[in-house]
Amino acid sequence: MTVINNVKKLFLILIALLAFPAAEAQLQIEIISGNASALPIAIVPFEWQVVAETPENRVDEVVSGDLYRSGLFDPMDVDDMAERPVDAEGIRFGTWRLLKVDYIVVGKVRTPRDGAGYEIIYQLFDVHTQEELLSRITTVGPGDLRFGSHRVADAIYEALTGVPGAFSTRIAYITATGLGNDQRYELIVADADGYGPQSIVGSPEPLLSPAWSPDGRSLAYVSFEQGNSAIYQQDVSTGARELISSGKGINGAPSFSPDGKNMAMTLSRSGNPEIYVRDRATGRLQQITQHWSIDTEPVWSPDGRYVYFTSDRGGRPQIYRVSPNGGTPERVTLEGDYNARASVSPDGRRIAVAQGRGNEYRIAVWDIETERFTVLTPGKLDESPSFAPNGSMILYATREGSRGVLSAVSADGNVRQRLILSEGDVREPAWSPVIR
Amino acid sequence: MKSAWRLTLALVIALTLAACQSAQKTEPAPETTPEPPKTDVDTSGAPDPRDYSDARNFDNPESLLSKRVIYFDFDKSTVRPEFRGIVSAHAAYAAANGSARVTLEGHADERGTREYNLGLGERRGNSVSGLMSAQGTRGSQLTVVSYGEERPTCRVSDDECWSMNRRVEIVYTAR
Repeated sequence: MTVINNVKKLFLILIALLAFPAAEAQLQIEIISGNASALPIAIVPFEWQVVAETPENRVDEVVSGDLYRSGLFDPMDVDDMAERPVDAEGIRFGTWRLLKVDYIVVGKVRTPRDGAGYEIIYQLFDVHTQEELLSRITTVGPGDLRFGSHRVADAIYEALTGVPGAFSTRIAYITATGLGNDQRYELIVADADGYGPQSIVGSPEPLLSPAWSPDGRSLAYVSFEQGNSAIYQQDVSTGARELISSGKGINGAPSFSPDGKNMAMTLSRSGNPEIYVRDRATGRLQQITQHWSIDTEPVWSPDGRYVYFTSDRGGRPQIYRVSPNGGTPERVTLEGDYNARASVSPDGRRIAVAQGRGNEYRIAVWDIETERFTVLTPGKLDESPSFAPNGSMILYATREGSRGVLSAVSADGNVRQRLILSEGDVREPAWSPVIR
Repeated sequence: MKSAWRLTLALVIALTLAACQSAQKTEPAPETTPEPPKTDVDTSGAPDPRDYSDARNFDNPESLLSKRVIYFDFDKSTVRPEFRGIVSAHAAYAAANGSARVTLEGHADERGTREYNLGLGERRGNSVSGLMSAQGTRGSQLTVVSYGEERPTCRVSDDECWSMNRRVEIVYTAR
């Protein structure tokens, strides 16, 4: 019964995704494994009160899709709704109790007084207690109806789980298409649900390691366009870009500090990869590791007190951490043969890594306090974990056959979903911070 | 066993590449009489394959100078004994030809993370660079560039393909 419902829902979502104008290669999202204890919720179609305009998307559809993909909610099919109230007065709670729904959302969309953009007015009720849990007006500018819809999903998610939603965020990733001399690399930015992918930069030479600035306005990345690795920083909306580092050897793995003032990176100007911290205002570089091993993949703790990095100073790659001012590094991951490319959870308590065992690489999460690993994904070549800004999910890159795809797994490992690009290789996802 | 097979494969590929290069220089055979390709067109001037200062040996399949790819073990950067001769040949050439410039392109297989593999590719490049320097090549003649796992020669997830991708390519930017 639930399985059939889920399949039906998946089918509807796929149809909805396919129905979007597919001018660019569109990411498709499907749930690989679901959650049996998902909360039943009805997002009733919002009343469209904007004169002289048809909606570019249905708000309820976007909200239902977001909540469904979180794995925590089981949104009701619109076709199964016996009634479609648009405000509190119209809700007959008895009907919804019979339909076995725990929560209901009703709303409308209208033009704001100043005449530009959209006002989304909505309420969330507990069907059993008839209590109003949320009543809000979300206002967005022209062309931002989808963004507004994601904000609605964020608010509902927070009201029911206590954790801020991360649906109105974006993801960056690298695509590689073609072979040999026809190879083409793109750095893409899309909505967190895969919608609206836009190429930020393209090159016939490799692009890698995208990293968001804490304000979500720019991306740092590595490009081989000049024949060797170099770090660039680029404004996502204007496209203006700055060369950050292109010295001898490796210029790699950029990572912004949480306050945005510094950037950690890997440079091998000394003949060996070491971690450096660059003051973004003055350009001053400070070397914070010094060891003959490979030290790379720096990332900051959310409080800015530590830089976590990968090092094989103990023989095999493991995660270490050091003060951003340098000092003696401390080993963090204590189990396993190969733990690399850390992503720190927003609460700073866990780190997700690519964990290697023989030829299998999986995403695992290390709990810093209890010193234990939880393996979240089945492998075989899973890498590049990136925590959602609310810590609920981890995006990562994996391989299916000979091509790369992006997947996301809930932080507890219960729900997995796949984001497929229709063509080529997709890799190195980076989840943006919450964009205010 | 496995490494012997790998070596054979590497040699076959190197020889095939060399054969292709030398085939370009031979006269096209008459269409009606297919004959084995002639590699000894100019026997009188054939270089001694062990004269590593002679640039003609870059295209001589019998010379180590015609081999320009060094393969590595998983997560390792030491040059295996069977490849030392190739490295020595190029070191001798560069030492004898001061205007020669060599870029050592280091590569890794797809296993492991991309940035760590950039480090690994560089380590392999440095390993070859170190051997060449020890044999007389000047530091100013050598540049190491790591591509990590970004430039594979094949894209299959198995041991055979991985072993082809863990490599340093010796690229002359000037001879």
